[in-house]
Amino acid sequence: MTDQTTHTPAGATTTRKTRETSGILGLKGRDITLMVIVLILTMAAPILLNPFPADSSLAQFNAGYPDLMQRFVIFGIFAIGFNILFGLTGYLSFGHAAFLGVGSYATVWMFKLLNYNILPGLVLSVIVAALFSVLIGYISLRRSGIYFSILTLAFAQMSFALAYSVLTPITNGETGLQVYTSDPQYLQSAGAPDMPHLFGVTMRATETIEIGAWSFTFNFGYYVCAIIMLAAFYMAIRIFRSPFGMMLRAVKSNQQRLNYTGVNPRPYTLAAFVISGMYAGLAGGLMASMDPLAGAERMQWTASGEVVLMTILGGAGTLIGPVLGAGLIKYFENIFSKINDGVLHQWFAFMPDGIEDLLVTIVHPFVGKGWHLTLGLMFMLVVIFLPGGLVEGGQRIATVFRRDRKATNVEDAAAKKRNAK
Amino acid sequence: MEAIFLQILNGLDKGSAYALIALGLTLIFGTLGVVNFAHGALFMIGAFCAVTLQRIFNASFTTIDESRTDFLGNPMQVQTPYVEAWFGPEIGASIIDWSVPLAILLAIPVMLLVGFIMERGLIKHFYKRPHADQILVTFGLAIVLQEVIKYFYGANPIPTPAPDVFRGSMDFGVLLGFDPNVVIYPIWRLVYFIFSLSIIAAVFGFLQFTTFGMVVRAGMADRETVGILGIDIDKRFTIMFGIAAAVAGLAGVMYTPINPPNYHMGMDFLVLSFVVVVVGGMGSLPGAVLAGFLLGILESFASTTWAIGLVPGINQIIIYLVAIVVLLTRPRGLMGRKGVMEE
Repeated sequence: MTDQTTHTPAGATTTRKTRETSGILGLKGRDITLMVIVLILTMAAPILLNPFPADSSLAQFNAGYPDLMQRFVIFGIFAIGFNILFGLTGYLSFGHAAFLGVGSYATVWMFKLLNYNILPGLVLSVIVAALFSVLIGYISLRRSGIYFSILTLAFAQMSFALAYSVLTPITNGETGLQVYTSDPQYLQSAGAPDMPHLFGVTMRATETIEIGAWSFTFNFGYYVCAIIMLAAFYMAIRIFRSPFGMMLRAVKSNQQRLNYTGVNPRPYTLAAFVISGMYAGLAGGLMASMDPLAGAERMQWTASGEVVLMTILGGAGTLIGPVLGAGLIKYFENIFSKINDGVLHQWFAFMPDGIEDLLVTIVHPFVGKGWHLTLGLMFMLVVIFLPGGLVEGGQRIATVFRRDRKATNVEDAAAKKRNAK
Repeated sequence: MEAIFLQILNGLDKGSAYALIALGLTLIFGTLGVVNFAHGALFMIGAFCAVTLQRIFNASFTTIDESRTDFLGNPMQVQTPYVEAWFGPEIGASIIDWSVPLAILLAIPVMLLVGFIMERGLIKHFYKRPHADQILVTFGLAIVLQEVIKYFYGANPIPTPAPDVFRGSMDFGVLLGFDPNVVIYPIWRLVYFIFSLSIIAAVFGFLQFTTFGMVVRAGMADRETVGILGIDIDKRFTIMFGIAAAVAGLAGVMYTPINPPNYHMGMDFLVLSFVVVVVGGMGSLPGAVLAGFLLGILESFASTTWAIGLVPGINQIIIYLVAIVVLLTRPRGLMGRKGVMEE
């Protein structure tokens, strides 16, 4: 490559340049569409997620309140990052929550030491998570397959156990790390708000707009997270389409062949591991920015399992899948766990009494406290029937429709022919 | 010397549980080539067999005893368990007392059935899928089983005491010539250890000395050839899955007096058991048993004040630390065979 550029005349380089700069921000065709769709969806989320009037009985299905929307995008970032590792290289890490936890701790420490501006915290969370993931990744990536999963799991559980017990001076143990008034906060100026903010605008700053029966909430913290998620998503697209992304796919499809061609896959997988660790750290930092608290339970292996669920549910190895999965799981977690028997009776009220009670009894175990049952079933069904996740499901439906259209076109053509005769 | 002996004893009960679960996991992995993340859930279901049997035995009817009054002056309501009414108070009471060991009789058919249904209904379709898919679907199944149990039995731990004879501790050291009151050990844990040793011996004996076991071992070594020889190896592997489930279930039943069962006990054990399997060597049955006891004992040594004073927090991380060291120095685990899970 370098040889070519030095020896060939200017013409060659210019053609390459034009190829690289075609499209917006280095994206092409479908990626631009995807990016624009995600951009519109995230920016208009407070409106789109509140389709029901505030005082209607369906208002409980609204998801357009700040707390939940923030979780959508934060876990979206987490899942996008996880997907760069799992989706591209096929290395299934069961310990990614460790990086999330580390990121949270780093951000809260910045709050404690400097001030409540989230920027230093986020930067530090990414750096710390990167260092931590270099360490864990360097060791874990010596093995592949289930051994890799167990190694990452072991590291994450170790960090969890240590954060709970020995590292209490740093992590504040079971109580969780939080900011106290006695903390130094060296850069805290008199006028600055005493809650997480970005250059003076607090994360909780919220604007509510009422239009008719609808009320929409626009929250500053959400938009900060959303913009960061868009940047993260853009980065992920670039990684997916880059030669580096190609290498990672090669690792997934046949590592042995890669070895035979004289390529050492380890640096590539390590880079992917560190990148996804940084994403997780960033997500952790954002979580702490929305609510200045960091607890060890964020590092537990169930939290790692959750991000695996999100990625698989949405579609591992696809761009939009992890974001969809994260949104869906967090949405269902919120909505399903809110439904109780009273709500169910209200729904089935139009049925005869006996059937109403029967239906409520049937549905009861799946909602409210039992929503994990629904999650488990949903997850199993997806793994069994749709290994590619929801994205594959969407594609299958799309092909069915396309085939139908094609079939009707053929029929039309046949009919025309007949008519012509 | 006494202290060391005591720590070894202390490690045995957890080690037995690890060994039994890891044995089942390895059986499933070795025969079917499936990584079963729902194995912890099977352990938990076994434990809840004991809870169920205890509840059944304690099912009672109420009679009103006019001759006595409660503290409000109303006639006393007396709860009589059905078993006491049927078999007389003495035998009935001892049946209730022995409900945990008796639960073994319930757990074996239940676990075999659960194992068959799981294998035929779900796992069968995942032989040819990648290991990641197997992990994920069994992980989903584990969540479902766990939630079902939680729905029926609630989220709190349910105390299931051991029979009266085995409650309390014994001065174990005296038997071995130590000073009295030095090595004191709960009797039930000793029972658990002996029980798990006999289960392990039974499984190994079954594989080693029966024709069925021989065929299964042959199938583990070379499935295709055994199939070509006209043996329905799939059916035998299904039975082995049932046996592995039963082993996990029995481990769960007998563990209930040590730790009151709750719905997430399976997951807690599963993570550690996987570490045990990997340390022992994927696919090696003796390795799984050895690593189970070894890690249990190591964990107990790391919990001594001396070890914690030396390295703070060592008791929390020792198992993972050992796993990391073993995996990096001996990639196949302590007794792993070549070519297992190496892609």
